[in-house]
Amino acid sequence: MLIALFADIHANRQAFAACLARARERGAARIVLLGDYVGYGADPDWTVTTVMDLVGRGALAVRGNHDNAVSEPGETLNIEAKIVIEWTRNELGAAERRFLKELPMTLNDDDRFYVHSEASKPSGWRYVNSVADAARSIEATSARITFCGHNHRPQLYTVGPRGSITAFTPVSGSAIPLLPGRRWLAVLGSVGQPRDGNPSASYAMLDTDRHELTYCRAPYDVEEAADRIRKKGLPVWLADRLAIGQ
Amino acid sequence: MKMVKPSLESGAIIDGFRIEECVHKGGMATLWRVSRPDAPRPLLMKVPNIAEGGDPATIVSFEMEQMILPRLSGVHVPKIVAVGDFAEQPYIVMEGLPGKSLFHRLAELPLSYAEVAGIGVKIAVALDDLHRQHVVHLDVKPSNIMFRSTGEAVLLDFGLSHHDQLPDLMQEEYRVPFGTAPYMSPEQLLGIRNDRRSDLFALGVLLYFFSTKMRPFGESESMSGMRRRLWRDPVPPRRLRPDYPAWLQEIVLRCLEIEPAWRYPTASQLAFDLSHPDQIKLTKRSERQQRDPLTTVLRRRFNKEITRSIVEPALATQIASAPIVAVAVDLMEGSVSLNDELRTAAARILATLPSARLACLNVLKLGRVTLDSTLDEQGRSKQIDRLVALRHWAEPLKLEQHRLTAHVLEAVDPANAILEFARANRIDHILLGARQNSLLRSLLGSVSAKVAAEAPCTVTVVRPARSAEVGSESSPDEAAAASGQAPSE
Repeated sequence: MLIALFADIHANRQAFAACLARARERGAARIVLLGDYVGYGADPDWTVTTVMDLVGRGALAVRGNHDNAVSEPGETLNIEAKIVIEWTRNELGAAERRFLKELPMTLNDDDRFYVHSEASKPSGWRYVNSVADAARSIEATSARITFCGHNHRPQLYTVGPRGSITAFTPVSGSAIPLLPGRRWLAVLGSVGQPRDGNPSASYAMLDTDRHELTYCRAPYDVEEAADRIRKKGLPVWLADRLAIGQ
Repeated sequence: MKMVKPSLESGAIIDGFRIEECVHKGGMATLWRVSRPDAPRPLLMKVPNIAEGGDPATIVSFEMEQMILPRLSGVHVPKIVAVGDFAEQPYIVMEGLPGKSLFHRLAELPLSYAEVAGIGVKIAVALDDLHRQHVVHLDVKPSNIMFRSTGEAVLLDFGLSHHDQLPDLMQEEYRVPFGTAPYMSPEQLLGIRNDRRSDLFALGVLLYFFSTKMRPFGESESMSGMRRRLWRDPVPPRRLRPDYPAWLQEIVLRCLEIEPAWRYPTASQLAFDLSHPDQIKLTKRSERQQRDPLTTVLRRRFNKEITRSIVEPALATQIASAPIVAVAVDLMEGSVSLNDELRTAAARILATLPSARLACLNVLKLGRVTLDSTLDEQGRSKQIDRLVALRHWAEPLKLEQHRLTAHVLEAVDPANAILEFARANRIDHILLGARQNSLLRSLLGSVSAKVAAEAPCTVTVVRPARSAEVGSESSPDEAAAASGQAPSE
């Protein structure tokens, strides 16, 4: 089975639509959504409606910190994110807000574990930025493969027989065999706000038969997405940074 | 991790493979001859030697091989038939190759210089193929090299290899360098695992060893013994064998340079030099009778930061920056403007790529009946005249000598000669002119169209700058060129 995984869509309609189209072309049979559907971007209503529709048709989705902030005004966010979430709250209808609020923090699916930030304390929204962070997350679950997002930079970690961890920055389009004898933590890049220097939207495809994970990039209409942010009067830097992927 | 202890013995059946006999028991793995009714050719099963409490390096290096081997293709690697899961019984089943590895020739050393060069070309071509598939082997040595019955070198054992697009499990797992002591490059000793030129160093050790019967850095496996190669250069081969050819010493010592940047930039450039000994630019290296003076050695020993390597870009980028470009130059009267244009096109490519090299070709056409005409005096001087003319054509490019070679190909069919040269020498890009004279074109057919259609690499067909008269009438092939098709002359 081919599973398409998306993290940190951040209300970027153009990016998410491009990724979904690509994943369907590649034959995705299941969709997994790793949180942060809103925040930063100009199309929260369309994005959440799309996610609700996908979940209605069998997709799995967990909650991210921006999704949480819609109903939890106390959530810690940077100043730009805060401005956008306050705007987002008014853009979303009651059903959408309830959907975000009721999303699970984590999900188990066969030998896979899904979480937005990391597994040791999902509500703590800690980033997996290092081998030590990865070790803490991997130790907290019994799943063979953990998928997360949150830091907007694709990275893959694996634990060897002696417990030491290898970190690897994936090359897009190149299938990586997730050897069955090891445990893996896949940090996905961001669909709607990539920050690894590549402006293309980031997602991943897992082939459960071949045990292979492929990190993918989908080019999309960055200008349109940036224009939408500017037109809505949201912080301009959030539009500008899309073009440079930072 | 749960490990099932392998219970392998003759007669056992694993996933449909019948275990026949043990053919080799090494430190890390055991090789069994196996068979399966639907697989006609001889098969080998490689099984890691995993014991309870054993060295985890065995597992990790086997994992690397399990990841890398199925991703490789071509004649220079063994074909993979099946890969067994680690959770059950880890194994790799691959084709069994005929004959023995190069290791079995050690008793015959030293080999003749010509044979060493011939073996070197084959290994370099295999390494080039591997590097283009994103892999640095990192354990090039005689026992890891075999040959197909068709002659191509096959590289074995990817347990220590690095793949540019896969996690490097060995990198993080162990802090000591991995490799085979006599063949390990200086940078490998320092823990660098992504430099393709480490394989060229190991091949240099092999060439040195096979041509002198001496290992350039001895056999010491102690860390201090191995580290000496970080500052101490090997004894020049000419000192060991006075008749050692200057060209071979030039090649071998260039492979063994301590600084990776001073070695060949790619395996295909090394293969090119080994195939054309008469074209090699001989430097001081080729004359050397002594090792470097003590002052140089001490500077290297205590001022390592002066020569510390910079971080290397991805393998594909490294290879793409050092192409071999071939340019076919027509030396007939009346092709001056076309040849100027060819030179301009070559200069454009070479300007941005300081490691690129240029092979200038000219085809000496043989009559179909008088195939042996060049054997006479007249033919020989014709050859030399053309070589001189080719170098004269290239002179304005002001290339360093080691970046330029000239070749006169004798052939009945020029297009085939150019294609054959490109294939044999792994040329990356061919430049050639479109013949303008329409009478000649209709009589002789189009060389550029055939080369463009059949070449194994990129081909650029160059036309002379358009003058007012030429431009006034558009010919059918200009239309073809404009539409992006190979022009027919």
